[in-house]
Amino acid sequence: MTAVDEPEPAAVDHELVEAAVAETEVTEPPEAVAETLRDYTRVVYVRIKSGDSGVLPVVGGLLLISILFQWLNPNFLTAGNIVNLLIQGAPYMLLAMGEIFALLLGEIDLSIGFVSGIGGVVTAELVKESTGWPWWAAILAGLVVCALIGLLQGTIITRFGLPSFVVTLAGLLGWQGVMLLILGQGGSQPINDDVINNITSGNLTPAGSWLAMIAIVAAFGARTWFREARRRASGLVAPPAVVTVIKIAASAVAGIILVIICNTDRGRLVPIQGVPWVVLLVLAVLTAWTFLLGRTRFGRYVYAIGGNAEAARRAGINLSRIRTMCFMLSSFTAGIAGIVTASRLRSVSTSLEGGTLVLYAVAAAVIGGTSLFGGRGKAIHAVLGGLVIAAIDNGMGLQGYSAAAKYVVTALVLLAAVTIDAVARRNAAR
Amino acid sequence: MNPDATVQSEPERTSSSASPLLRLEGIGKSFGNVHALVDIDLDILSGEVMALTGDNGAGKSVLIKCIAGIHSPDTGRILWEGTPAHLRSPRDSSALGIETVHQDLALCDNLDIVQNMFLGREKVRHHALDEEDMERAAGQTLGGLAVTTVRSVRQLVASLSGGQRQSVAIAKAVLWNSKLVIMDEPTAALGVAQTRMVLDLVRRLADRGLAVLIVSHNMNDVFQVADRITVLRLGRLVAVRPRAEMDPQIAVDLMTTGVSTRTVKMADDRG
Repeated sequence: MTAVDEPEPAAVDHELVEAAVAETEVTEPPEAVAETLRDYTRVVYVRIKSGDSGVLPVVGGLLLISILFQWLNPNFLTAGNIVNLLIQGAPYMLLAMGEIFALLLGEIDLSIGFVSGIGGVVTAELVKESTGWPWWAAILAGLVVCALIGLLQGTIITRFGLPSFVVTLAGLLGWQGVMLLILGQGGSQPINDDVINNITSGNLTPAGSWLAMIAIVAAFGARTWFREARRRASGLVAPPAVVTVIKIAASAVAGIILVIICNTDRGRLVPIQGVPWVVLLVLAVLTAWTFLLGRTRFGRYVYAIGGNAEAARRAGINLSRIRTMCFMLSSFTAGIAGIVTASRLRSVSTSLEGGTLVLYAVAAAVIGGTSLFGGRGKAIHAVLGGLVIAAIDNGMGLQGYSAAAKYVVTALVLLAAVTIDAVARRNAAR
Repeated sequence: MNPDATVQSEPERTSSSASPLLRLEGIGKSFGNVHALVDIDLDILSGEVMALTGDNGAGKSVLIKCIAGIHSPDTGRILWEGTPAHLRSPRDSSALGIETVHQDLALCDNLDIVQNMFLGREKVRHHALDEEDMERAAGQTLGGLAVTTVRSVRQLVASLSGGQRQSVAIAKAVLWNSKLVIMDEPTAALGVAQTRMVLDLVRRLADRGLAVLIVSHNMNDVFQVADRITVLRLGRLVAVRPRAEMDPQIAVDLMTTGVSTRTVKMADDRG
């Protein structure tokens, strides 16, 4: 993990508030140069009131859900359950991070649920004893296959000017068929490779967890501090120094709390401690995609196409290339999610519900604050939204509710998220 | 403003060389049987606002598209600073220093002012966008054009008024050391105060030595800001005159019938 653009976002509950608030400030400076903390708070308040609330609603929602479930069941906020929730949520977060590339264009990718399945199946088939590929080659092959699927779908969409909805719907059906073909009707393939299984069941040592956290926070802190100090020095739009310090302190606090939770022994028979590898994996993908979307030409063009494709075209941007790359990245990220899912189940099977998964991924992105109409959204939205969906799933599971009830509640949360966003935006437009 | 100072032969208006910034010689363009442009001769000078007027279908759009590199003319030639230029694409025009501000502005609402101004030509350092450099350059350009009504260059374009958006679009065109800025109906959707703001901005561009070609239906605007006025009718050029030798009534006559028997009333000076 190198320079981190975001403070520990996979952390839970209250520390998320600070972390997420800090995140908003990094990429969306307020509309005036605020000299003091008081000015800054006022500017941020004005911005929230004008409908630009960033990740605040989803963080608030997450807090609310946590309090509710903790009140219903005191097991919800135990260290063991929180870590479990992070691991459960990882596939949703990763899938949603893939879906965001399509949503930012104003398109949709319905295929990524089963594409993730293909990623898992390819990896599992290659790593099984009779094939005997090393774990890294199997994972690489799984990811390459997924990226190629994305390339194929993206090329069809851009070359023939077809709606992404239809092409990826065909993908949803078709890749499920391919999966059935590989695994056989009702078939499954167990995974016996320790490295792949340890993606979700392995942990850093407690000391390693602290070291990793310190390294990440230090990298984030140094980067944030130097960037904003330089901006202030050259008179560009930047928050006051106090805010920078608060931001870095908040990320440190979030990191410390996350490590304390993960380092608490959560084993029943043998001690289990440390930050799960998958948390680092999600953070790594989050960092990479945040950088890609926020700090590169490619990312800028993705937002431009989502905002006004004609303007992007006139600016000389190759729309087909950027669009195709987005569908590739979407499928590639789905591949990562598929391997994580396979790792968690220690197998791949035809019972994978790719259709539900993709809708959860879209829901996670939208709950997190990404627009379905393109041009607005961030990788962090996928992580926060995925966390909400995992929390509902987990919390209601603890209470013994049925799958039916979980679907209904998830639906209501999705509706609430979209409504809050739409109402805030309409107020801003007035 | 002294209208006489805008006469073509005035030496300080035509930069160092004697040739105009842009010269069109016998430009013609047909689409099938439709002669959109017939034998257009026109000089565009640095430091001058040239208004291009005409009724619907007079060929205004086709003419600016020929200059912007979107269409290539069938006949005639285009001279840029005295040398023949082949404008096959908007890129060719941009490379010479010709920028067009389209009527729909082509701005992305979801991006901020800096991001819009640099769209497609972002500065990159160490494989990442150089936001600081871009923000500084955007701020300087807006400041140089005295566009002071925007609170911050990091404001989203969605939050800007119509006049501010037009100003950003113009600033975007000026950012690239352009020498000729073409504007298509820049005030069409604006209120009175906003129109004033944009016309002032147009005037400042010319005062900074740029050539401005402004397409407009609005006679008020044309007579407020233009140094010279070109009238097209049915694809032909019917008049190119300094503003002092024209008034709105004459312009309308020329646009509709191609001739005008009126003469300018001497008191009619709106400068």
